[in-house]
Amino acid sequence: MLIVLASVLGIASMVGAYFAIHSKSLTVAIIATGVVSLISSILFLLLAAPDVAMTEASIGSALTSAIFFLTLNKIRQTNG
Amino acid sequence: MGKKTMIALITLALAFVIYPLYQSYNGSETLKDVGQYYIDNGVEETGAQNLVTSVVVTYRGLDTLGEVTILFLAASVISFFLSFSKNDRIKSRSIRSVTEILTTSTQVLVPMIFMFGVYIFVNGHLTPGGGFQGGAVIASGIILMFLSNPRFKLSHKVIQFVESTSGIVFVLIGAAGALMMDGDFLSNKIPGFGFGEVGSIISAGAIPVIYTFLGLKVGAELSNVLGVFVESQSEK
Amino acid sequence: MEYIIITIGFALTIFGLYGILSQKNMIKIIIGFSLFTTGINIVMVAIGFIRGGTAPILDEAGKEIGKYVDPLPQALVLTSIVIGLGVTALMLAYVMKLYQDKKSLNINDYKDLKW
Repeated sequence: MLIVLASVLGIASMVGAYFAIHSKSLTVAIIATGVVSLISSILFLLLAAPDVAMTEASIGSALTSAIFFLTLNKIRQTNG
Repeated sequence: MGKKTMIALITLALAFVIYPLYQSYNGSETLKDVGQYYIDNGVEETGAQNLVTSVVVTYRGLDTLGEVTILFLAASVISFFLSFSKNDRIKSRSIRSVTEILTTSTQVLVPMIFMFGVYIFVNGHLTPGGGFQGGAVIASGIILMFLSNPRFKLSHKVIQFVESTSGIVFVLIGAAGALMMDGDFLSNKIPGFGFGEVGSIISAGAIPVIYTFLGLKVGAELSNVLGVFVESQSEK
Repeated sequence: MEYIIITIGFALTIFGLYGILSQKNMIKIIIGFSLFTTGINIVMVAIGFIRGGTAPILDEAGKEIGKYVDPLPQALVLTSIVIGLGVTALMLAYVMKLYQDKKSLNINDYKDLKW
């Protein structure tokens, strides 16, 4: 059961990583990074590390995406 | 040609380097010595139920102090980089109107988010969580405040006060461990902080106190980084 | 299960390095760094995993199982994630300043140290 869950999450994170690197749109890339981060937090939970999972979900997923979007917004403003 | 071949070569080189690590990995059944020591003696020596907390705060407390210093340095460099003179500021920053739903729900949610953050770092020695997670939760509450009210500004005085006070208290508690007992810097055995009953909220010596101040410090630093990024949006 | 997870970690690491090297856009490069960090963190936690172990919290529920995973890599990764945010924010601040200067996100346009 856990093996199936881990495989599904693995495939999802690979797809997310592909979009994060190869997507034409920066917005899609940033969201894909957040998704990979969120999936990795579930993987930490499977590895019996709830502390790390909490940190990854709040810092790696939420705050990092927020800072990326703030930068993107600023760059678009400067552009015109 | 050139470039793509190089990229493929370097990526393959990394794969080659980590392949032995992957091959020698066999999910182990028993703990290594250090981990076994923490499991066997951690609760007696620190009084904390959550061993990750006792490793972060007591056994590797100096590392945590260094980490908070790195975070502080990163926050100061970011503030230095993104600061701008008063003349550059465009007063009429185009502000999008915010819906009623977001404003109202923020008023309800933000106190609860802050309370949840405080809950996480006060219970750090009992349940998963601690200063870093609680600080990040508090910073995410700050994001919500920025989203719901574009005119909202973080008070730099408050941030500065919270951050410097908690940093000083953290170092002072560490020094108290070194001076008052024959213990080490950031040791957990300080007179006045008993171990109490393992599993109750007031227990584990100085760990809850240190983790509370650590949570306030991390929350203030992360909020400061976010605030600087948001402020820089109104720069020319 | 832990084999699959450590494979995911290594795959993310290699993917991240590939992204750093192959992309021209500076924000994409920072995304590559972010994937790299995530992959390394997964590998580090997976190395401390014990089959059948539970989280290293010694309360009633944990004592019933009596087998715990290693707390040391978890504490290390906790540190690493928080520092990762600081480093990412610092890189993004640099990108913002560079963009204000030259109005370009392409890394090939910055040749100030080349001659």
